[in-house]
Amino acid sequence: MTEYPPPAGSSVSLAMQQYQARIQQLESKLNRFEASLGDRQVSRRDWKNGAERYGLLIAWALLILVLGAFKPAQMFAWNSYAVMLGSNAMIVVLTLALIIPLTTGDFDMSVASVMGLSSMLIAVLNVKLGMAIPGAIVLAVLAGCVVGAINAFFILYFGIHSLIVTLGTGYFINGVILWISNSNTIAGVSMDLIKAVILIKPWPLGIPLGFYYALLLTGIIWYVFQYTSLGRRLLFVGRGREVARLSGVNVNRMRVGAMVSSGAIAAIAGVLYTGMRGTADPSSALAFLLPAFAAAFLGSTTIYPGRFNAPGAFVAVFFLSTGIMGLNFLGVDSFVQNLFYGGGLVIAVSISQLIRGRKPMD
Amino acid sequence: MTPEVSNRAGHEAGALEIRHLSKRFDGALALDDVSLSVKRGEVHGLLGSNGSGKSTLIKILAGFHAPQPGASISLYGEPLSLPVTGPQARKYGLAFVHQHLGLIPTLTVTENLYLGKLATADNWNINWDIAHQQARDVFSSFSLSLDPTAEVGSLSAVQQALLAIIRAFVSVQQASADHADRPGVLILDEPTPFLPASGVEQLFDLVRQCTSLGASVIFVSHDIDEVLQITDRATVLRDGQLIDTVVTANTSHSEFVERIIGRQIEPERTQSGASHIGAPRVRIKAAKAAAIGPLDLSIRAGETLGVTGLIGSGFDQLPGLIYGSQSNISGTLELDHNTIDLAWLKPEHALRYGIVYLPADRLGEAGIGSLSVADNMCLPVMQKLKNAFGLQQSQIDRHALKLATEAGVKPLAPQLPLAALSGGNAQKALMAKWLQVEPKLLLLNEPTQGVDVGAREQIWKALANTAKNGAAILVASTDYDQLAQICDRVLIFSRGEIVAELTADELNKKTIAEYCYRSISQTA
Repeated sequence: MTEYPPPAGSSVSLAMQQYQARIQQLESKLNRFEASLGDRQVSRRDWKNGAERYGLLIAWALLILVLGAFKPAQMFAWNSYAVMLGSNAMIVVLTLALIIPLTTGDFDMSVASVMGLSSMLIAVLNVKLGMAIPGAIVLAVLAGCVVGAINAFFILYFGIHSLIVTLGTGYFINGVILWISNSNTIAGVSMDLIKAVILIKPWPLGIPLGFYYALLLTGIIWYVFQYTSLGRRLLFVGRGREVARLSGVNVNRMRVGAMVSSGAIAAIAGVLYTGMRGTADPSSALAFLLPAFAAAFLGSTTIYPGRFNAPGAFVAVFFLSTGIMGLNFLGVDSFVQNLFYGGGLVIAVSISQLIRGRKPMD
Repeated sequence: MTPEVSNRAGHEAGALEIRHLSKRFDGALALDDVSLSVKRGEVHGLLGSNGSGKSTLIKILAGFHAPQPGASISLYGEPLSLPVTGPQARKYGLAFVHQHLGLIPTLTVTENLYLGKLATADNWNINWDIAHQQARDVFSSFSLSLDPTAEVGSLSAVQQALLAIIRAFVSVQQASADHADRPGVLILDEPTPFLPASGVEQLFDLVRQCTSLGASVIFVSHDIDEVLQITDRATVLRDGQLIDTVVTANTSHSEFVERIIGRQIEPERTQSGASHIGAPRVRIKAAKAAAIGPLDLSIRAGETLGVTGLIGSGFDQLPGLIYGSQSNISGTLELDHNTIDLAWLKPEHALRYGIVYLPADRLGEAGIGSLSVADNMCLPVMQKLKNAFGLQQSQIDRHALKLATEAGVKPLAPQLPLAALSGGNAQKALMAKWLQVEPKLLLLNEPTQGVDVGAREQIWKALANTAKNGAAILVASTDYDQLAQICDRVLIFSRGEIVAELTADELNKKTIAEYCYRSISQTA
C-alpha cells in the first residue's frame, strides 16, 4: 500500500475524502433519525400509558361525583369512606394474596377458603381452646402456608393445572371448616383482636386500624414487585416459564414461594375478617373469592397496566366497594353486590384484553 | 418449468399479476409500487432481508393487510377485489403454506387434509373409510406413503411440511374444479428452516411435481442456495422496493446477495484465526443423555467449536445438555478449575459457573415477547442494577439502552415489547443479554436462524469479540455456511455420537455438508 500513496491534494483523493465525509454525515443523520424514531414511538406510548395508568383513579372520582349527585349527604361524608375503607381491608389483603400466584402464572382458587379456615381457626383456638390471640394468629398463618405448600406440591409434582388443584383443595378446606366448627358460627372472639382491627381508629382520619395493615401489605408487595429482582423473576416465571428457567431462574422455587405466600396472606385476610366481626362463621368468607378476582384483574388494568400489581389491586377494591356503597345508599337491593363484582370481573378482563390487543389469554 | 405449459396459447396473462402494490404503515412505506408477475408452472423465488417488504407482500396476498389504493392483483386474468378475501382468492386459485404449516397436531392426517372442507362445508354423514382412501390416493399420486389415520403430531417435520403443501395444492384443485385452466398458485412462506437437508430435497421434489401439473409456486426464503436450486425466476425486494426479477439460472449466489443487501459482503471469515486460541478451557467427559453420548470433547479458550449433523443426530441437544436444562443426564464438565457433575447441573448453577445458553426458539425459550426489550436484556444482571431504594425501571432502561446501542438493536427503544422487534434485532438484543455477563462458556443453538444478512454479520462480530476475550463458544447449527464462517473446529454428529472433526481447510460449506451426509450413509 505504501508504495502507491495517492498524490496528496490530487482531485481524486479530494473527491474521495469529500465522498467519505458525505457518507459519514449521512450515516450520522440516519442514526439520529432512527434514534428519534424510537423516541417518538416511546413518547406516544408514554402518553397512552399515562391515560391507562390513571384511568381507574379518574373513573373512581367520576363514580363518586355521579353517585354524590344523587346522595350528596352520604356520598360526600368522610365517615362513609372511613367505614368503607376499614371494612374492605380484608378484601384488599385477599386480592394481594391472589396477585402473587397470578403473577407467576398460577390461579389460586383456594384463597377464600384459606381465609375462612384462618378465620375459623382463630375463633376455635381463642374461644373454644382459650389460646391467646397472637398464638392463634401464628397458627392460622401457618395453616395458610401449609395449604399453599400442599397446592404447590400437587401443581408441580404431578404437573396439574393450578386451577383444578386449588379448586379441589378449596372445596376440601370448606369441609375442614365445617368439621372444626361443627357447622356453627363461633362468637366471642377476644376484644384484643377486635380492637386491633376495627375499634382503634387512629387520628386524624378515623379509619379503622385494619385498613393500615392492608395499606402496609400493599406497600410491601408493591415494593417487591416493582423494585426487587425477586419481583422481576416472579414476572418472568409467569410470562415465560421456559425462558425464565433457561435464564437461570429456579422456576419451581418461585412457584412454590408464590403459592405459600398466597396461603399466608389469605390467612392474614382471615385474621382481619375475624377481627372485624368478632365471630367466625363457616361459609361467609367463601363469598369473597369473586370480589378478589374482580379486583385483581381490574387492578391489572391500572397503575402498572398489563401487570398484576398491588397498588392497582388496592385501588380496584375500593373502586368496586365505592360503587356498591353508593348503590346501597340509593336503596338498591343486596343483589347489586353480585352484579357489580361479577360484571366488574368480566369488564376488567375485557379491558385488559383490549390493552393487550385482544390476544388470546394463555 | 416446461415451455409447453407456459406458452400455451391464450395463457399469456400469467398466473398471478401484481400491479403497483404499495403499503404504508404509520407513514413508512413498507411496499413501494411493486409490480410482479408469476408465470404458469414456474417456481418464483421471493427474496429479501428482514424489513424488505417480503412479508408485507405475502400478508396483502393473504388478506391480512389492505394495500394502498391504485393496486391491482389478478389471478389467471381475473382481478381480485382488494383487500383480498380468503374465499375469493382460494376460488381463483391462491393457496398458502406458512412456516408454521397450520396443521392441527392432535388430529389425523385425513382430518387435516380435508380441514378446509370440514370447516366450511356441511356434511352430516362423513364416511371416514372413503375419506381415508381418498387421502391415500392423493398421497400415492405424489408417490408418498403417509398413513391417513396417523396423528399429525406423530409425523416427522418433513412429512408435516409435505402434508401442508399437498393440502394447499388439493384445496386449490377443489376450489377451482370448474376451471381446469387454473391449476393454482401456491405460496410457500419459508417452509424449510426447520427441515433437515434431506427433507428439503423431498419438499423440492413435491414442489416440482406440483409445477409439472401446471401449478405455480412462490417460494419465499432466506436461503439463497435453496432459491438457486428450486426456482426458475426470483424477485428480490429491498426496503419495500422491487430491486430486480432475475432468471435464476443466469444469476450467481453473490449476485443475489448483492441485490438483497445492496452491497457486497466480503467472504472473509469473521473469526480471526488461531492467534487468540489458548489452552483447553472446557472439558466434557462421558456426557450422556437419552439420545446422545457418551461424548468426550474439549473447547479451548477463545475457540469457537461448531457441532452439526443431520436433524435427529442429536447435535442440537448438546448445548442444552451442557447447560443442565434437561433431566436424565450424566457425565462431568470441567471448566477452568471447577469440576461439575452434569447430573446435578441446573441452569441456575450453570450461570454461576459462567455458562450461558441462548436457545434457538427466540420467543419460546430465549426471550419473552410480552415484556420489554429492557426487562429481557437485564434479567441476568438485575442484582447489579439495584441502588439503595431497590431496582429502578429507569436504571434498567438506561442499562438496556447502553447494551442495545452497542449491539446495534433497532429501533433503539428498550421500552418496546420484545415481540415488536424483527427477528434479527430481537436476536441481537438476546445475544447482548448474555454477552454482558462475560461468559466463560457460551452455548448457542442456531444463533442466526431467521435473521437477515446484515444482522447475521453483526452477531458474528459480537461472537468473535467474545472469543477474543477468552470465552469458549459452542455453536450448534445446521447452517453449514455459518459454521464455516465462524468456527475454528466443527464436530459432525450422527446417531448421538461424534463421527468426524473438521479443522482448518476442511472448514467450508461443501465439506461440512459432505461429512453430514456421509455420516448417515456410513451408519445406515
